[in-house]
Amino acid sequence: MPSPADAVPADRNADGRTPGFAAALLDPDRRVPDGISGPLGKRANRRFSVYRNNVTVGLIDALGEIFPAVKRLVGSDFFRDMAREYVRRDPPRSRLVFEYGAGFAEFLETFEPVRRLAYLPDTARLERAWLDAYHAADASPLAGDALSAIAPDRLPHARFSAHPAMRIVRSRYAIVSIFVANRSADEPGRIDAGVPEDALVTRPGLDVEIRRLPSGCATFIERLSMGETLAGTVERAVAETAGFDLAQAIGIIIDAGVFHEVSASPPG
Amino acid sequence: MSTKTIVSAAYLAGAVATALSAASLVGSAQAQEKEKCYGVAMAGQNDCAAGAGTTCAGTSKVDYQGNSWKYVDAGTCTDMELPGDRMGSLDPLDRDLPS
Repeated sequence: MPSPADAVPADRNADGRTPGFAAALLDPDRRVPDGISGPLGKRANRRFSVYRNNVTVGLIDALGEIFPAVKRLVGSDFFRDMAREYVRRDPPRSRLVFEYGAGFAEFLETFEPVRRLAYLPDTARLERAWLDAYHAADASPLAGDALSAIAPDRLPHARFSAHPAMRIVRSRYAIVSIFVANRSADEPGRIDAGVPEDALVTRPGLDVEIRRLPSGCATFIERLSMGETLAGTVERAVAETAGFDLAQAIGIIIDAGVFHEVSASPPG
Repeated sequence: MSTKTIVSAAYLAGAVATALSAASLVGSAQAQEKEKCYGVAMAGQNDCAAGAGTTCAGTSKVDYQGNSWKYVDAGTCTDMELPGDRMGSLDPLDRDLPS
């Protein structure tokens, strides 16, 4: 439907946007949208190409900074070509570039040239979780004192709320080892990628921290985060994981800053 | 609700005490004073990365430039071991070369 001539130009939508602008930006096969013109009113093909390039390069560079370990694993040139493909398939939906790449791990799962690098998608998930944690809301991590202040007879009923920065990434592959080795300046040694590792991401102070969780601990933390009681969660952990070390798990929870608050008030 | 007794209050309290005494030896990470520097993580993101007047990255019409995949050798993925799989060797592709 044509817009009223006195309100917006004919080549704009009612909200003032140029139709097809975003689609043409990431697809070089599309023609420059109507309404994009140079100073003499001519169609600005070259100018639009420059803009197109800057947007694409900017997003590729952003992905390289969000996923530095993946970039190092496949090499910089390979990564750029792969990232360009991803940018076209899954353009950003947020104005905030640090939120980009939520779908990158799924893309890596289906992208044929890296199909055999089976550990790559989970490595990307861990890198995305790292940046999520970095930008998560500030909150004080649960102090050990808050836990020891709870009367022993109330402790079984304790329920926790997660710290906003806390993330868990489970994997069949050695993602913590891969992540750490490929984010360090040192030459990574040989890593057995086939060792399953569950990663815990937290931000206890102001720096993001990554830990490898012992067996059963990821489920333990996830259940507590969902509001299950301490007693119920411990019961299931002990039943499911042989040799589950509760003191170690609690130590990690406090040390890493997994939770924000604990409540053990009597129900009522 | 019945109170289950598999996990006793004393057992939980004991584990908390053990954990906290161990954690205090390590030293609380929360105690360290840190200063947050906002906005530096993505420095340079808004710069014109490819230089004025260039059009290279945004205008490639070849979706899979097969010859570029051989650069995967430049990465560190060959340092990865996975039994029964050839994780570390990607074959360069000979298709989809720009003509």
